[in-house]
Amino acid sequence: MDEETRMPDRLSVLLGTKKGLFILDGDRARRSFALRGPFCAAWPIGHAIADPATGTIYAGGGNAWFGPAVWKSEDFGASWTHSSQGLAYPEGEEAVKSVWSLALAPDGTLYAGVEPAGLFASHDRGATWRHVSGLSAHPSRPHWNPGGGGLILHAIVPHPADPARLHVAISAAGVFATTDGGASFEPRNRGTRADFFPEDQRYPEVGQCVHSLVMAAGLPERLYQQNHCGMYRSDDAGLSWHSIEEGLPSSFGFPAAAHPRDPDTLYFVPLNGALEGRYVPEGRAAVWRTRDGGTHWQALRQGLPQQNAFFGVLRQALATDPLTPAGVYFGTGSGELFASADEGDSWFSIACHLPPIHSVETLALSD
Amino acid sequence: MSAPVRVSLPAALIALFPGAPCELELSAATIAEVLGALDQRFPGMRDRLADSTPRVRRHISIFVNGERASLQTPLAPGAEVLVMTAISGG
Repeated sequence: MDEETRMPDRLSVLLGTKKGLFILDGDRARRSFALRGPFCAAWPIGHAIADPATGTIYAGGGNAWFGPAVWKSEDFGASWTHSSQGLAYPEGEEAVKSVWSLALAPDGTLYAGVEPAGLFASHDRGATWRHVSGLSAHPSRPHWNPGGGGLILHAIVPHPADPARLHVAISAAGVFATTDGGASFEPRNRGTRADFFPEDQRYPEVGQCVHSLVMAAGLPERLYQQNHCGMYRSDDAGLSWHSIEEGLPSSFGFPAAAHPRDPDTLYFVPLNGALEGRYVPEGRAAVWRTRDGGTHWQALRQGLPQQNAFFGVLRQALATDPLTPAGVYFGTGSGELFASADEGDSWFSIACHLPPIHSVETLALSD
Repeated sequence: MSAPVRVSLPAALIALFPGAPCELELSAATIAEVLGALDQRFPGMRDRLADSTPRVRRHISIFVNGERASLQTPLAPGAEVLVMTAISGG
């Protein structure tokens, strides 16, 4: 079979939004998508992921009345349960407000990142949770300050083979890594700027406002990040970072997405600036792609609005699918989802008039 | 000492717990005990109504015989406990 025609039996796009989880089921060409939802009682959903082996969907969020929880569906969204058992800090500490990020580690551990920033783990597929206290015990914890979205742990990047290794990203504390299964964490921010500090303090050990953290396919030591202050690449698991923003229209943006197979291909959606409105530059939408690890960049605009577009794209709202060629998807703060079935070369709108989109992930499953 | 009290729950809450009634009678001496008894019958319900601080969630209102209550509020036999969702959202 021609590789380009290979298609799983199910390709769905999971959208975490301000008013529930939505699921878009795609056809074989990835041109037509059927919308379902809102699920999860229309709670704000920070992030939704699917287990690529089973199709089980997990959606984390927080409701203003009822607090945080992780929802689970084992039948592609037809029915749901939720749990927050153990998803709590000790008595007397500030309570968990909402779940911002989810990730599955290679040993089956499900992780949840929350606000105020902390990490929780579930070893029973989301039924119960325990606090990964090694992160909160880091001596810098009293000095973590919230970014515009709050003090949030918004990215969890497990090592694909070693369950003891994990990176997390916190706004605005920076990147932290554990190599001992969460018993302890250390900052991984060397080389990333904090322009919002006095000039002689712009490269601190912690305090950077990382916006997005992703791992290159097949190269676990290579990480990319979109930061409040620049775009960066690391080839040593975050021990050092160098800027890859030359050639991009702005140093500011929120999401990053790695290609499913090529470690040199990465996608960003630069916005016009932190203080300039945070929309696509000049009102012209583009996803920017590198094919060489960040040395050169190309604006991908075909099919995207090129005038009067004033949307932003949030930190988890850009994703790729595992098909060949790779699909790329991004959701806007104004509730529209754009898709590309050709690695970003051309785009089309597959849903609009949705609530603000917080996160985008894909589910590809063969029977 | 625990005593029988009558508890009314909001529709948005019972929608999260299939089979939960909108009114029920249980035995409790304080609001904290009401939430504990609810959690025994419907695992997870306490978390929806109170946080880990612990206190009643900010946008949940609990009234006892018409008076706003906290987790520590004592309950007399026959008390009417009304759980409501407060104004929130956007």
